[in-house]
Amino acid sequence: MNLKRLFKPETMAVVGVSLTNESHPANVVYNKNRLRYPVSVFAVNGKGGSIRGETVYKKIQDVPAKIDLAVIATRAEIVPSVISDCIEAGTGGAIIVSGGFAETGLTDLQNRLVSIAKESDFPFIGPNCLGVFAPGHMDTFFIPGERLVIPDRGKVAMVSQSGGILVDHMVKCAAEGVGMSLAVSIGNKALIKELDMLGYFKDDPETDVITFYLEGFDEDEGRAFVVAASECGKPVIVLKSGKTPRGTTAVKSHTASIAGDYEVFSSIMAQYGVVEATDEFEMVAFAEALTCYQRSIQGKVAIITGSGGHGALATDTCYAHGLSVPTLSQSAQAELRSSVSPTIRDISSFANPVDLTGSAIDDDFMAVVRSVSKNDDIECIIVLLLPYLPNVTMDLGAKLSLLYQQEGKPIVAYVPHVDKYRMLVEGFMLNKIPVADSIEDAVHMVEAMRRYKSC
Amino acid sequence: MLRDNIREVFSEAKERGWVMEPQTKTLLSLAGMDVPRFCFARDVGEAIQFANEITYPVVAKVVSPEVIHKSDVSGVVVGVRDDKQLGEVFAGLRKIRGFQGIIVEETCRGIELIVGMKMDNQFGPVILLGMGGTAVEIYKDAALRMAPLCEQDTESMFKSLRARPLLEGYRGAAGVNIDELKRMLLVFSNLVMEFGKEVESVDLNPVICNASRCVVADARIMLAKL
Repeated sequence: MNLKRLFKPETMAVVGVSLTNESHPANVVYNKNRLRYPVSVFAVNGKGGSIRGETVYKKIQDVPAKIDLAVIATRAEIVPSVISDCIEAGTGGAIIVSGGFAETGLTDLQNRLVSIAKESDFPFIGPNCLGVFAPGHMDTFFIPGERLVIPDRGKVAMVSQSGGILVDHMVKCAAEGVGMSLAVSIGNKALIKELDMLGYFKDDPETDVITFYLEGFDEDEGRAFVVAASECGKPVIVLKSGKTPRGTTAVKSHTASIAGDYEVFSSIMAQYGVVEATDEFEMVAFAEALTCYQRSIQGKVAIITGSGGHGALATDTCYAHGLSVPTLSQSAQAELRSSVSPTIRDISSFANPVDLTGSAIDDDFMAVVRSVSKNDDIECIIVLLLPYLPNVTMDLGAKLSLLYQQEGKPIVAYVPHVDKYRMLVEGFMLNKIPVADSIEDAVHMVEAMRRYKSC
Repeated sequence: MLRDNIREVFSEAKERGWVMEPQTKTLLSLAGMDVPRFCFARDVGEAIQFANEITYPVVAKVVSPEVIHKSDVSGVVVGVRDDKQLGEVFAGLRKIRGFQGIIVEETCRGIELIVGMKMDNQFGPVILLGMGGTAVEIYKDAALRMAPLCEQDTESMFKSLRARPLLEGYRGAAGVNIDELKRMLLVFSNLVMEFGKEVESVDLNPVICNASRCVVADARIMLAKL
């Protein structure tokens, strides 16, 4: 099934546009795409007519352009005939926003859609979904634009069964500066499921990291999903709901009683190198880290800071997340000592965590990060950068990013995300160094690399 | 060949819903797993003859299509010393409902593990390795992987157990034969891949591991409900 026209449409028809109710979901979708996105949009409604001088076509077949994507927001019972119209008109695919299918018990109606579509190899998303958001390209969410928080265009794709969760992830991505390639709400996933989305994003050059919010798989789908994820060559991150068991039935087998559904899920994700996030904050942190670094590490971390307390907290957090902070060799410590300013040589500690004290200047951070970047005992560097240190400048983010470009050892930064320090944060972010807004978050970012197994 | 044996055993067990210990062990043994030397004795003479062959002490267990959990009905007696005691044990086990005979088997010593399989709706056959014995559901020290396992999986399963130091030899106590443990996991994985959807779960509990062997001391296959 070819999903390209569906996800990268040049022409869009919105079916179900109301002539009288401007807050109808179809009108919201029609208006926002017409006014804000480069895609050509046409309105369709069984009655025909016009809306603000634009023709409303009675059927999709009447639209004087070949339509790539039909967004369907009509009553559920007429959706099958709209799909048939789309197929007849040679439409590339559809997003069925309408609800009133399997989620309300009308499984037969939903099955009819699937069989009509399958017969003609016609792809559709949904039903009962928010649809697709592609930054700068299109937006089929029936949420007024001013209510959305829109992330930048980037390399993270998000797939979610729940539209609400997807919108929430977008808010968090925007806040963390994580750019998105495509956000897809698959709703009832009657036809296009997680596995299909994985296949699409595997070959999508605009996507580097694929994330899923999952409620559950159908029979044997989990198996196919992990196998495909492990072979797709891009990091896959999952966030699962429904982790708590639904009451215990009389279990005759010990194995079945120990191996609860969630334990099985979580173990198998790890077995196949799929990165499981435990909450939405981890999910966004993982996505940010893996967008910058698509590699797997065992977890040997160097921590570099100007505050001993931050170093100690970060060390504890690393160990709590299965990472290690190995003590540097005597020769490595001596090298670090000789590389920093004489004023801090005797007051700093170089064992790891490396604490350069509040007197450190940019060059001290640079020298230490450069030296540790060349150390084979260390796989990743966490730099805890406190902008209130008097001798640190706002340029250090960009400078350290350049060091990464030269040395190639992953750096994760922590800088408090407040407006005052924005320039420091952007110095990292614009140069593709992940920057966390808490110590915990920085550790999560490193953890993402430990959990990811590249094939 | 193995497939034919599987089919035969399953068709006999279909109605009951689970495969009894002698038949399960025979299958495991055919697949290449280590099981204790055992005999399914229908009368006391047969039991005593076999016990002398393998030498005392032996383990005696009830075989009954009505008893899934033998220890719940006191259907397992370990450390049986001689002919006289075996005769008494036989007489005692005979009173258990559905009695068909007893298993007489060699005594194995070592660390008790559980190896199991669960047919998961979303992921298919899933294999479990954990610390076994009666406290298995309390400590839940177990590793799970989707079958079929590769060698790397068997390594990471054993390494992820909290009880790993016990298996490797702790405070002077002998560890277990890790290579043998990994080999048995791979053999088990191949076997469950042959089972297909007919099987709901398998418990090999306990698997007794010592410095030389990993022996499946008790085993049961639960078939899927029709």
